[in-house]
This record gives sequence, structure tokens and C-alpha cells, in this order.
Amino acid sequence: MDVRKTYKLFVNGEFVRSESGRAYRPDGNVNVPRGSRKDLRDAVRAARTAFPGWSGRTAMNRGQILYRAAEMLDGRASQFIELLGGGARARRELDQAVETLVWYAGWTDKLSQVTGTVNPVAGPYFNFTIPEPTGVVGIVAPEDEALAGLVRRIAPALCGGNVVVALAAESHPLAALTLAEVLATSDLPAGVVNILSGQRKELIPWLAAHMDVNAIDVAGCAGDEIKTIEEAAAGNVKRVIKVSANERSPYLVAAFMEMKTIWHPIGV
Amino acid sequence: MAITKKQSTELARHVFEYAPAPESIDHVKIQPRYGLFIGGRMLESHSKKRFPTINPATETKLAEVVEADEVDVDRAVKAADKAFEPWAHLAPAQRARYLFRISRLIQERSRELAVVETMDGGKPIKESRDVDIPLAAAHFFYYAGWADKLEWAFPNRKPRPIGVAGQVIPWNFPLLMLAWKIAPALAAGNTVVLKPAETTPLSAMVFAEICMQAELPPGVVNILTGAGKTGSLIVTHPDVKKVAFTGSTEVGKLIQRAIAGTGKRLTLELGGKAANIVFEDAPLDQAVEGIVNGIYFNQGHVCCAGSRLLVQESIAEPLLEKLKRRLSTLRLGDPLDKNTDIGAINSKAQLERIQGLVESGIEEGAELYQPECILPERGFWFPPTLFTNVSQSYRIAREEIFGPVLSVLTFRTPNEAVEKANNTPYGLSAGVWTDKGSRILWMAERMRAGVVWANTFNRFDPTSPFGGYKESGFGREGGVHGLLPYLELS
Repeated sequence: MDVRKTYKLFVNGEFVRSESGRAYRPDGNVNVPRGSRKDLRDAVRAARTAFPGWSGRTAMNRGQILYRAAEMLDGRASQFIELLGGGARARRELDQAVETLVWYAGWTDKLSQVTGTVNPVAGPYFNFTIPEPTGVVGIVAPEDEALAGLVRRIAPALCGGNVVVALAAESHPLAALTLAEVLATSDLPAGVVNILSGQRKELIPWLAAHMDVNAIDVAGCAGDEIKTIEEAAAGNVKRVIKVSANERSPYLVAAFMEMKTIWHPIGV
Repeated sequence: MAITKKQSTELARHVFEYAPAPESIDHVKIQPRYGLFIGGRMLESHSKKRFPTINPATETKLAEVVEADEVDVDRAVKAADKAFEPWAHLAPAQRARYLFRISRLIQERSRELAVVETMDGGKPIKESRDVDIPLAAAHFFYYAGWADKLEWAFPNRKPRPIGVAGQVIPWNFPLLMLAWKIAPALAAGNTVVLKPAETTPLSAMVFAEICMQAELPPGVVNILTGAGKTGSLIVTHPDVKKVAFTGSTEVGKLIQRAIAGTGKRLTLELGGKAANIVFEDAPLDQAVEGIVNGIYFNQGHVCCAGSRLLVQESIAEPLLEKLKRRLSTLRLGDPLDKNTDIGAINSKAQLERIQGLVESGIEEGAELYQPECILPERGFWFPPTLFTNVSQSYRIAREEIFGPVLSVLTFRTPNEAVEKANNTPYGLSAGVWTDKGSRILWMAERMRAGVVWANTFNRFDPTSPFGGYKESGFGREGGVHGLLPYLELS
């Protein structure tokens, strides 16, 4: 007889039940926590607390940790392939998720060299522009490709030093909740990624309106959801990141970044 | 020994006596009334509503402009839409040449533009002449060069223009903000409908003439005058694909909400409440100049103004003494006088806002200092003002005043300075003054602001990206980063 796993939310590096005590069964016979507004707030607070530490890590260190996440994910390949329904398609999705993590692991220490600039101002000043993470990023996972779809959103945000509150695909949350176990064993500090399962309709408005969320990625959202999100996002001038779900580029990483320009006089 | 008001006034009188040196205005022709610049011509408007634009230093009417209505906005957007395909497909080197031409024309008409800017907006002529106009020309020159080099800016992508850009700009740097908006938009191959602020439309009207002089293809630039309603009609017009706004955070939020779900691209450059941080090892005299430039430049009508002075406790007294003495030498008065440091407040409404916030500062318990300063009888004026004994919770320490009002707070440790500097929903700019290199970089890294000036303040350049963190907006203007909001990267 199996020892079954209780699926839980991933908040502040811990696996917790929803404070609401509610569950739903999107994938057959498995109970999945139905995260609440309060869970979401806890996740944002955990992310905010983790932000200075994670953004303060060296780019090289963040690269090492993202690569470690790829190792951990690949090491559990068979488990994920099964969760994704088995077969060649599931295998492909897993491979893509691993590849995405490896690809962005290699970008952490190149981003500022590609997107930063030294600016030749007309005067005796040294002036340069560097990318810095915007802060807490909300991510709504796409409903298709429950694993790779989420990884394609999380990895570029983490790459630049942001922290994440992600909503798992509502209809297939198990891969995302299991991905949390991978992240929890990848030396990622607690709170850097938080993953909630639950109903999009219930959680999205609060994520979009939260005053301590700096940006929200809507690649996994439908048109009417985007409108709701953009309206609520105006409350604190959130960055709403709209790119195709398959985008993989330093431009996507830069979309989660703020450009900071620093001036200093030159003289003796 | 503290400087008393009497002593400082004496100092100003004896050391800094100048005869008036007003700039001549005989070479400037302001028309009594203006139409709208649509499709390459100045057109009679559909709207019958007109409003005066006045000189805030004298309260005299300079001209009448139109409050463009829905029909006018639609005409302008249609003209821009019609011009888009040909402009986007014009040989990029040709687009560049038009922009170079515009830049040259601004330089050629620089004195006229400076005088118009000063008469319409109230800023000192030395600022419009030495900062606003040269920088506006430089912006066009810089982005002109990008027009045929876009592929080199974004490796691995094919940059394409977006379409018609709707642009709404503020009254603090009218022509410069116009340049920040129009130059990158055109270089990238977009066409624009731009609305100058209601209190400062005139330099944009001169710019319309410059577009005609440059023989810019009709419809590439359209300029509509009006107030908030006109701006709202422009940004919500269905054929406007890209919206760029510079102004208050309040209006920025309204725009973000209004265009939610439309798929329009948006950049916002909003308010600020910058900290200017002075450490005990800073060269104090330089820091004082930086503080003055940070908050009294353009009467404090600057979104990135250093409106919160954070002084390390150990030097607070000597620094404030020097600062107060320096305030007493600032010359307030006729903006057209070349010696004037502080011009007129841009409008009556803005003056009332400043007065209201200053009163709140007094009521909340802050200590007010103003040098003895005779304000002209007519016009809108506010003396350079400094508040000490300010708590972080006071409105004068939290809200954007957009006037010549400085709030002084103190700190003991670098960590406390960072904590206080970042304790605001804004994040546009910050300043730090210290002789220690490692501390400059440490501070610069921790300040949540888009521009950090170290041992300087309020410097601008077309190659240098500008824009905010948090509620100060998103997107950058200037530099290669300033092209991105006007391009699709496919």
C-alpha cells in the first residue's frame, strides 16, 4: 500500500496547508489546498522579507542556485513525467523545464553586461545604467504545460534577483506543488519562491491589487483576466508584464528589472 | 553662530547687488490665438472652446489656445494613423535627417524658444536658455542618430514601430518634455499626437512651426492643446497604440486604469519625493550648492527634485547654517532677468497647493525658515523655504510639493539613511554626498530609485536613461533604453 503524499502550499520555504482549511480535487482523487487571500498575503510577506537577501546575492551565486534547481528537477524526472501524464510529450515538457532553468542560470551574470550601459554624457561625469530587480513579482501560471509553463515564468524573474509569488495552474496544480519540493532542495532561500494552488478567479484579483507586489506576469492569463489585473495593478503602478508564453530571452528578464542610472562627477 | 534673517539680508544686499538685466523679447512673436497642429498644418479647431495662457510672473494674457474636443482628437489621431505607414517605411536614414533638421532648427531658434518658455511658464531665463532648450535640441540630435541604427540596439530582434503614440506632458519643462517624448517615438518610426500642459502650450506651438519649417511629412507630429479632458481623449482613442505620460502619480494611475485591457503599450514618468543624503565627510560647500540646485531649480517644479534633505546628525548644524546663508543670496523675481535664480510659480493652482502643504507643515509642528524676500506684487510667487524638525510622517515629508520647499531630516548611520530614503511610495531619484567611494556605491546600490546622483544633483543628458521605481512610474526615457517603449521586438 502506498504512503500517499499530502499536497501543500509552499510559503516561506515551508509546506503548509491553506489557513482556510479548504481543498479541491482538480486531478482525480487527490486533495489540493485551495489557497485563500490570507495565504496570498502571507506569501507576499515572505517574498518581501526574502527580497534583500536574494537580490543581494552575487549574480554568480544566483546562477549556481538556478543550476542546482535544474539538477534537482532532472533528478526527479521520472516522478514529473508520471505527474505530467507520461509518454513522449511529458518527457519533452520535463526536458524543456530543465533546459529553461539551465539557460537562465547562465544568464544571471551576463544580464547587466547585455542590458546595462555606460552613457557618454556631455559633461565631466561618469554615468552608467544597471538593471536591478523590481521586487516581488506575481506570476499566474498558464493552464497548459503545468510544469514547463510555470518554469518559463519563474526562471527569468529569479534570474535577475526578483522574488516570486506564483499561482499554480488551477486545473493541474500537482506538478507546480511538486516543483516546490525541487526548489526547497536547491539552496533557494526561504520565501524567494512561493507557490499557491487554488482558484484563479479567487486569487488573481488580490494578487493584482496587493500594494506590496511590484510586478505581475500575465502570460498565463486570458483577455478578461488581463483587464481585471491591469485595472487593479494601477493601485500601486504595478508593472504588468505581457509577453508570449514561449518568450525566452534576456529581454524577458529585463522586463522584470528596473534600470538604475548613477552619476558621479569626474575631477581631481 | 546662527545666521539671523537680518544679517543674511544685509549680506545679500551688499555682496550680490546687480542691476536688472532683462532678456529682450522683441524678437519673439506670440500670436494672439493659436489653432491646432494637425496633418502638417495649423487648423481651425472643431471645438469652440478657448482658454487663455498667461504669464505667471505678470498675470497678463499671452495668447488664447483651443481646448481640443473629441472631433479634434479624432482628426489628429487619423492624421497620425495615415502618416504612420509611410513614415515607418521611409528609409531610416531619411527619418534620421528630419530629426537632425529639427534639432538644428531648435538650436537656431533657441533664444526665441527660451523666452517663450520663460514667459509662458515662469522659469528663470538662465534655466530655459542654458538647460531646457539646449537639452531639447540635444535629445533630437541623439535620437536622430538612432533612427537608422535600431538593429544594433536590440541584438537578435527585428525592432518595429508600434503605431500612433499618444503623449501627454507636464508644464515644468514644456519643450524638453516634448523632446523626450517626440524624439524617440519618431526615431523608432512611430507618429505622435502630443498634448502640452494647459498652462504652458506656447513652446509646443513654436515647435509646430519648426515641424513645418523642417518639412516633416504631414501627420507625423500632431499637437493638440487642452486640459485633462483632451488628454484623456487622446490616450483612450482606439487607434492610439502607445501611451506615454509624464505628470502626477494620481493621473498616471487613472491612465493605467483607463487603458486596462486595451493592449495599448504604456510608459509613465510620475511623481517623486527624492532624498538628498549628506554624510559628515561630504564637502559641505559643494553639498550646499547641490542641495540648492536639487530643490530650488525651476522653483522646485521638478519631479526628481531633492525635496527631502537627509543630513548626518553630526553636521546638521553647520550645514544648515551654510544652507540658510546661501538661501539668502538667491534672487527671486522677473524670470526674464538673467540674474534671477527663482522665477514665478507656474500657476495660481500650483501656488495654492504649495501654500496648503506649507501650512500643513507648520501645523504638524515643523519649523519654517524663509530668507527675507520681497515678492513682486503681481504674479505667483513663493519664497525658497526650508523646514527643520520634520518627522517622516508629516505631509511635507511624504507628499510631492512640486515647489521650492525643502524638508530637512537627520540620520546617524548609513543604514538609517537608506531606510529613511526608501520610506516612500516613490522612487524616481536620490542624491548622496560623501567623499568615500565605497560608501557612494553602497548607497547607490540600496537606493530604490531610477536615478542616483552622487556628489551632484539634477543632471540630465539625452544618453542617460531617466525614469522611476515603484509609484514613480515605469519605462525609461533617454539613452538606448528610451527606444524600447516605442518598439516591438519581434
